[in-house]
Amino acid sequence: MTTSRRILRDIALARSGDKGNRATLTVIALDPADYPRIERLLTTERVRQHLAGVVQGEVRRFALARLQAVHFVLHDALAGGVTRSLALDAHGKTLSAALLDLPLDD
Amino acid sequence: MKPLRIGAGAGYAGDRIDPAVDLAERGQLDALVFECLAERTIALAQLRRHTDPQQGHDPLLAARLRAVLPVCVARGIPIITNMGAAHPLAAGHAALAVARELQLPRLRVAVVLGDDVLAWVRQNDAPLLDSADTVRSMDGRLISANAYLGADALLPALAAQPDVLITGRVADPSLFLAPLMHHFGWAANDWPLLGKGLAVGHLLECAAQVSGGYLADPGRLDVPDLHRVGFPLAEVAADGSAVITKLPDTGGRVDRLSCTAQLLYEVEDPGAYLQADVTGDFSPVRFTELGDDRVSVQGATGTERPAQLKVSLGYTDGFIGEGQISYAGPGARERGELALDILRHRLADDRLHPSLRGLEQRAELIGVNAMHGPALGSDREPYEVRVRLAVRCATRGQAQRVGQEVEALYLNGPAAGGGVTQSVREVVAVASTLIPREAVQTRVELLEWTS
Repeated sequence: MTTSRRILRDIALARSGDKGNRATLTVIALDPADYPRIERLLTTERVRQHLAGVVQGEVRRFALARLQAVHFVLHDALAGGVTRSLALDAHGKTLSAALLDLPLDD
Repeated sequence: MKPLRIGAGAGYAGDRIDPAVDLAERGQLDALVFECLAERTIALAQLRRHTDPQQGHDPLLAARLRAVLPVCVARGIPIITNMGAAHPLAAGHAALAVARELQLPRLRVAVVLGDDVLAWVRQNDAPLLDSADTVRSMDGRLISANAYLGADALLPALAAQPDVLITGRVADPSLFLAPLMHHFGWAANDWPLLGKGLAVGHLLECAAQVSGGYLADPGRLDVPDLHRVGFPLAEVAADGSAVITKLPDTGGRVDRLSCTAQLLYEVEDPGAYLQADVTGDFSPVRFTELGDDRVSVQGATGTERPAQLKVSLGYTDGFIGEGQISYAGPGARERGELALDILRHRLADDRLHPSLRGLEQRAELIGVNAMHGPALGSDREPYEVRVRLAVRCATRGQAQRVGQEVEALYLNGPAAGGGVTQSVREVVAVASTLIPREAVQTRVELLEWTS
């Protein structure tokens, strides 16, 4: 055990995309061996809680064991949608990095 | 049958040009695809066409073709692109003009028309997707309506074996699927096979996003030489299996991580990816790293295509006024917060004109909470912050006042504010609806230049 705080960023990468007023967010295990742990950590509820200040709607989750990836669709996450949003990051591109800050529960 | 080699020459309208030239020169390609249309690009292009009837296609079309046409024509590599935007026919003529300028002996251009369905949409009050409203709610504000065509619209054009194939709105992966169907003779209802081709198209359509772009996180996920990242190409076999790779001696990386991140990018249900040609199923996909930036893709499949085509509607949606000002050094955050407080008072004051009271707004500190709000924002003291105020306005006059209020913080706000910027933009927003396939009639126009 290391003494420094371990976060999801230590074992995963993430990428966000946009579809209207929904964001997609993919988390992929850097080392396939870490996938089960990522799948356990990233429950729908955990992700909803962590992004509660940004995501107003439903969170859909797809666990893709063959790709070692957990994929999310976040509804009402883009402040009205990319093309009319007042947000600086209208596409929600930086959302992926927010999720990588989740602490790993060792 | 030997594999078909398809390269991605652009992943968005403003993408780099030099990697596409490199791909054309060294990639031994059978086709080079430029995907250049974002959601609202067509609506913006339509506005340009209103002011100049010769415009409305991609403004970078001539620059891109000037760079790649000589090598593509010399090697017989067909170019496929949606740079037609709101005016594919004008784009076709612009391509001929480039051929004339380059003194090419001959250029044959096929233009696919029929994605513009504005007339149908105006006559048939279709419901909007993700909304309780219908198209009629946009009366007077609707700018453009374009159906996402499938590969079937491109096949008659490819049959004419043009040097350049230009379209307007086409489902992005269909730009790649069409040459595969044309070359291998894939049936338009062989859903599992089309699903495999869809996966290839989806992996390539954002260009460098599958070959190392948008991936690097230094120290943890390093990507070499992003300043010269290589654009991707796929070697696709007749059975739809493929290898994704990039040219040797370019920056970037193609591996399981880069491919997985792109496969799922902007897909909602990976088991049912609704596209014009097929409903893709990416959940069984397997990536195998072959070394040397080569990744094998297998296992994608598909089911029947959706009954209707998606239509992208561009409409004007008021104005956004914005202003920014920076504070730095000790107490930067407190001064920034005071500035925001002043701005909130000014916005709420009904005696000021034009009134901004009650309008949707964001008032935030870049460097603290502008990206993800206060809950995830920083609780540390930053060296510098940037105040940002953005307000959705009905009129240009209101939007101008937003930036003026921020600028007035120079003389009327906290100490040591600097670097004010302000902007007013007319919002062109995008909504979606569906159209029956039979309401969309596509056709091909062939143009030719000979010296």
